[in-house]
Amino acid sequence: MTDVLTPVLSANWADERPWKITNYEHRGGYSALRKALVQAPSQVMDVVKESGLRGRGGAGFPTGMKWSFVPQANPNPKYLVVNADESEPGTCKDMPLMLASPHTLVEGVIISSYAIGCKYAFIYCRGEVLHVIRRLQQAVREAYSSGYLGRNILGSGFDLDVVVHAGAGAYICGEETALLDSLEGRRGQPRLRPPFPAVAGLYACPTVINNVESIASVPAIIEHGARWFSSMGTEKSKGMTIYSLSGHVQRPGQFEAPLGITLRQLLELSGGMREGHQLKFWTPGGSSTPILTADHLDVPLDYEGMAAAGTMLGTKALQCFDETTSVVRTTLRWVEFYKHESCGKCTPCREGNWWLVQLLTAFEQGKAVPGDIEKLLDICDDIGGRSFCALADGAVACVTSAVRHFRSEFEAGMKTPAWELFPYQASALFGARQEVHA
Amino acid sequence: MTLTANTAQVVVSDLITVTIDGIDVQVPKGTLAIRAAEMIGVAIPRFCDHPLLEPMGACRQCLVEVPDMGNGRGMPKPQASCTLECAPGMKIATQVTSPVAEKAQRGMIEFLLINHPLDCPICDKGGECPLQNQAMSSGRGESRYEGVKRTFPKPVSISAQILLDRERCVLCARCTRFSEQISGDPFIALVERGALQQVGFYEDQPYDSYFSGNVVQICPVGALTSAAYRFQSRPFDLVSTPTTCEHCAAGCQLRSDHRHYQVKRRLAGDAPEVNEEWNCDRGRFAFVSGRGEDRLRYPLIREDGVLRPASWPEAIDAAVAGLSRLGDKVGVLTGGRLTLEDSYGYAKFARTVLGTNNIDFRARPHTAEEADFLATRVAGRTLGEGVSYAALEEATQVVLVGLEPEEESPIVFLRLRKATRKNRTHVVTLAPFASNGTVKLGASLVQTAPGEEAAALDNLTADANTVILLGERAGWLPGVLTAAAALADRSGAALAWVPRRAGDRGAVEAGCLPGLLPGGRPVADATARVDLQAAWGVHALPATAGLDADKMLAASGNLGLIVAGVEASDFTSSAAALAALERTPFLISIEQRHSEVTERADVVFPVALMEERAGTFLNWEHRRGRVNTVVKHSTSPMTDLRVLAALADALGRPLGIRTAKSALAEFDELGAWETSAPVATPSITPVAVAEADGLLLATWRELIDGSRSNDGETALQATAKAVFARVSPNTAADLEVETGDPISVQSDSGWLILSVYVTNNMADGVVWVPTNAPGTPLSNLGVTAGDLVLVSKGGAA
Amino acid sequence: MSGHEFQSFFPESGSIDHTDTSTAITETTLTELRQIAARYPHKRSALLPMLHLVQSVDGRVSPAGIQACAEVLEITAAQVSGVATFYTMYRRRPAGKHHVGVCTTALCAVMGGDYLLETVSQKLGIEPGEVTPDGTISLERLECNAACDFAPVMMVNWEFMDNMTPDKADQLLDDLASGRVVKSTRGATLTSWREAERVLAGFPDGRADEGPGAGEASLLGLRVAAERGWKAPEAPHTEAISDGKEATQ
Ligand SMILES: Cc1cc2nc3c(=O)[nH]c(=O)nc-3n(C[C@H](O)[C@H](O)[C@H](O)COP(=O)(O)O)c2cc1C
Ligand code: SF4
Ligand code: FES
Repeated sequence: MTDVLTPVLSANWADERPWKITNYEHRGGYSALRKALVQAPSQVMDVVKESGLRGRGGAGFPTGMKWSFVPQANPNPKYLVVNADESEPGTCKDMPLMLASPHTLVEGVIISSYAIGCKYAFIYCRGEVLHVIRRLQQAVREAYSSGYLGRNILGSGFDLDVVVHAGAGAYICGEETALLDSLEGRRGQPRLRPPFPAVAGLYACPTVINNVESIASVPAIIEHGARWFSSMGTEKSKGMTIYSLSGHVQRPGQFEAPLGITLRQLLELSGGMREGHQLKFWTPGGSSTPILTADHLDVPLDYEGMAAAGTMLGTKALQCFDETTSVVRTTLRWVEFYKHESCGKCTPCREGNWWLVQLLTAFEQGKAVPGDIEKLLDICDDIGGRSFCALADGAVACVTSAVRHFRSEFEAGMKTPAWELFPYQASALFGARQEVHA
Repeated sequence: MTLTANTAQVVVSDLITVTIDGIDVQVPKGTLAIRAAEMIGVAIPRFCDHPLLEPMGACRQCLVEVPDMGNGRGMPKPQASCTLECAPGMKIATQVTSPVAEKAQRGMIEFLLINHPLDCPICDKGGECPLQNQAMSSGRGESRYEGVKRTFPKPVSISAQILLDRERCVLCARCTRFSEQISGDPFIALVERGALQQVGFYEDQPYDSYFSGNVVQICPVGALTSAAYRFQSRPFDLVSTPTTCEHCAAGCQLRSDHRHYQVKRRLAGDAPEVNEEWNCDRGRFAFVSGRGEDRLRYPLIREDGVLRPASWPEAIDAAVAGLSRLGDKVGVLTGGRLTLEDSYGYAKFARTVLGTNNIDFRARPHTAEEADFLATRVAGRTLGEGVSYAALEEATQVVLVGLEPEEESPIVFLRLRKATRKNRTHVVTLAPFASNGTVKLGASLVQTAPGEEAAALDNLTADANTVILLGERAGWLPGVLTAAAALADRSGAALAWVPRRAGDRGAVEAGCLPGLLPGGRPVADATARVDLQAAWGVHALPATAGLDADKMLAASGNLGLIVAGVEASDFTSSAAALAALERTPFLISIEQRHSEVTERADVVFPVALMEERAGTFLNWEHRRGRVNTVVKHSTSPMTDLRVLAALADALGRPLGIRTAKSALAEFDELGAWETSAPVATPSITPVAVAEADGLLLATWRELIDGSRSNDGETALQATAKAVFARVSPNTAADLEVETGDPISVQSDSGWLILSVYVTNNMADGVVWVPTNAPGTPLSNLGVTAGDLVLVSKGGAA
Repeated sequence: MSGHEFQSFFPESGSIDHTDTSTAITETTLTELRQIAARYPHKRSALLPMLHLVQSVDGRVSPAGIQACAEVLEITAAQVSGVATFYTMYRRRPAGKHHVGVCTTALCAVMGGDYLLETVSQKLGIEPGEVTPDGTISLERLECNAACDFAPVMMVNWEFMDNMTPDKADQLLDDLASGRVVKSTRGATLTSWREAERVLAGFPDGRADEGPGAGEASLLGLRVAAERGWKAPEAPHTEAISDGKEATQ
């Protein structure tokens, strides 16, 4: 049995200036790179495959397998793109990683690029995180100066350039094909698949897109081995990962643990819900994953456990809301997010979220009418699984799961405004300065 | 039941079987489900799908269920059939058999309507609107939407011609994809995002595309409308007639819609082999020029030096009197508006009625070399023998000589663009600079000053997969056609002549050339003459070659002229042409509208407009396009053929044909002349350009220019390109001018003031001027490509 | 109270602001735009950072900036405009010297973000989307900024202002208005929105070493593990890819 918490990616975060290359090296940083470079790229890929690492960006696709889809015989350049767009509501793990230890990611980028035959890699980071971008830019510069990037890296004959690319505000650019369009200087709208990025991605060349945490996990896997990695976690959900606990908990924060830990355990570590309050509902992996309730405290937070509970592990963003919180209000806010972030390409997402917001507003205001719940669910039915990409599925998931678990609150929305049922002041960490109108 | 795709060229082994709504269909691999369903008569509703645009899958209207992907497993979610490629053994359930698909489609139409203004009663598209149809067939009777609709300020003009009503838009992106993928003018783009996403343009750079009308046609709702047709009619009040466009030799099939004896609009027809489903804005919008005050409505005769209205018998008598006086001292100048049948009528009239070979359709610069080339390399070639649109797509290399396809043959341009995008065809162009069209084709520029083309061709590599396209301008400069023919002969490349005007190809076949009789029969060939004599039932045909157009004008002092469809400005020098017309002892003008020619005529016969008559155009491929009578008046207006027949009758030498139908039948009966071996094209040594002061003139006609056929369509004219004289940076430096400065371009006969555009990659010592820009026609200067002009900074010299 | 106001008429959507044609773009800017383009295998990839640079120069996406990008990248102005209007970080009207954002996505909103926005808006006397008359501060309603463990979150010039309260916000705004030095909770000393945009365009400002490595919430798991003696398993010696030296360390 492994320990409850297993800091690997976060192990150096509390170090003195952990973002500096010398400090990172001091801890053994870049030794995995040296190890990788004396192996054949295919061997490196094999280790990642054997480790059982699954993508940490939400879908949980096996990383090594994704890499192996890159047609090595294809004469076009291969690209690696790191998805550092982290915009899924509740998700806040990649940013602290890159802020504290950007070299973990850069080292991962170099090893991963080597494995897939990429000579030009990109880190696509959302633009609204200035300091993270500063640290990334500096880490890349340092890596060049130290000979980890550029021509003939560490005398291996391997060349690699890395560009840190700042996005400009669009959640959809986290969707991998929209990210590619955005990185090509276009509107970030998802692309048709097939062709899949592994075959025709960036500039129609073979491209691997991975989440920050996925790539950052690679150095440790190469350093310590596939068996070491797979000794953590559960049967099909291997390794350690970062869980982000937020909301009405005593102490929100990041917890790096083997996959399969439960929310009950995590809550215990963070001191439980805030004083005098109980857990009402929570998201396992951002707002796009159907919400759960206190009934699910003991379900393992791994891909299989969450699927069995009718939800998804997603980004492991555990947003916990206590009994003061109006489900209707929260749902409306999430759907407003999706309406705001819908790229506009496909009809159900563009028009459906526009409509859902108006319907949910009526529920929040206590102005819904009988039949509106059925209408709400029917509209969700016409959106979910009909859209071009998964963004709209996420929007629908939060609505349908909210109705499933808290139907009575929606029923109450036909009579009473949500702020009367759940005075908003009670949910906030502080009161309103002035009496805010109802 | 099993159906098979009607695609003759598909090898059977490439066919796969899929099952749609329980019916097995065989389709070529890669067929999209939405098209496979069409084959069994199932129309899956759609908005963003368009067979000529890349699949997008955006509107989600076309969702179907896939219970089996062909591997026994079904797809968990409904799939967009417009992006779903059929796989062997795949099972597809459309709205016909799948309640899930049916509900998904209902849901989608509901979404599309929640923010739609539902203003069908005042919308141009009402009555022919896919959204309206879909809403009627599978929408709800009553909306469940009680929210507020998204609204934008009412229509915005994205160009002088095109208006955009954003509230009606369903964001299918057909227009933006067309502009980017098909015509290469991405001046419209999707802007904003989410519920605010809309089609946008940039204010300082409007959607001035020669192809902009297509977006109106493919818009599946009434979001895009044209200034020309807006609020003109309801579709159900229109009568549609298929016809062929008269504006250039591309041969576009059109649909012409009329009401109350007036054409209200023209649409691109569905002609996969020719214009696919596109056309250019000139072909679409320029059809009102015959509606002006200047329309000729009755014959005119000159009396005491003044033209006065006359009755038809009076006019025929006057014409016969004049012609009788002249005997065979007459020449015939025919122009670009004439159909194959008209041209054949004039060609026969000249030979059998007038007894002369003085006939030429080339109201433009021309050479004897060109006449020889047309006789030996063009005339008598049929569709199958020559280059076709499809061949352009398949070629690995296309060489453009004296041809700017976007300006001079826009559908050739679109097909070349398709070839370069889809098949990586490489286009090479011989031109003084890389035009906008050249850039959009990704073409390699072989920079040639006028006169250098022949030498450039001598240095070009080509092979059997090369197509050489020769524009009409290739015939103006000595040696170019000869060099092109030599290149084709030595490399096995295919050669095609792409004339500019719709009637040109037919005129060659019909024999509107001084040395060429109908069907490619050389005047000089006695057996060809005998053959034709027999067919025409005449005793003799004039045996000597006639005068070409320039020579006729030069000799006009003692040569009567019959002029049909020709403008003075068609010639190099309009002043010289008009002087020649004034000199002629007798001038008959057969025209639709008053012109500088009719003003000088002794007898004027008014003839029918394009939409009032039938006939045939031969396009550059030698493909026939039917011209159909669109507007049927109770009394049919006279046609060229009927005027000629009446004159012939009155002269006592009947023409034997009087209608387009009889003319075509007789022409077909004649057939093409089977020559043994093509006569070798005479080699011409390029004349060296004299070392003199000035710049070499380069020029071509832009699509939307001062042509009289654009008259009356102000919105179209407003989308014309800005008029510039182009010079290279070095030449500009010599002239001490910068972009925007005025320069004067001067010849012996006059000058034009134009603003200059310094053009990179342009040959030095050359000035390019549009041939017929509104207000500044080059024919005022009496110079053409290859001539020297004096260019100086500033205003008048 | 309800969430975002529901707007349904969009008179000014569709393009950038063409009424203000002022620009500070110079030859130097053009050179820098070309430098950005040169970072990528295909220059169009540079458009997002280029627009960030335009904002750092002109305070917004200006008509001149659109034209400059179109020229450098050889695409149409409409295409640039399509991109500039897609992303929320691109502004059509000039931002203030400092750009303040308040997160009001569900979690922050519930935990006090709504009150924060109200407080800030009232104090500044402007609505989200507006700029104070003196041009010091512009205000924006943000969607989730990936700092949920520090909720409620504010951002100034895209620097984290974690665990915000109305009182802290009050002080912050006063400090910004009076030009006092303000430090981000997990970042550098605040400079200005324009300078931030320049960094996003890929021109570093030398401040990467300022601020902490991690905020307290980020370190929570690490601290708990340390307290309880938990750590990742030891690496099995036999298995890692061997290049001799490291494997046996
Ligand atoms: C709407 C949407 C937003 C997404 N946002 C992110 C994101 O911000 N970061 C991320 O890594 N993956 C995001 N993803 C998932 C990516 O599409 C993709 O699966 C992931 O980057 C793959 O990396 P992984 O295999 O390492 O997880 C998003 C997906 C969707 C549908
Ligand atoms: S679901 Fe459709 S509109 Fe929404 S983000 Fe995806 S593609 Fe865009
Ligand atoms: S027609 Fe298939 S998605 Fe639009």
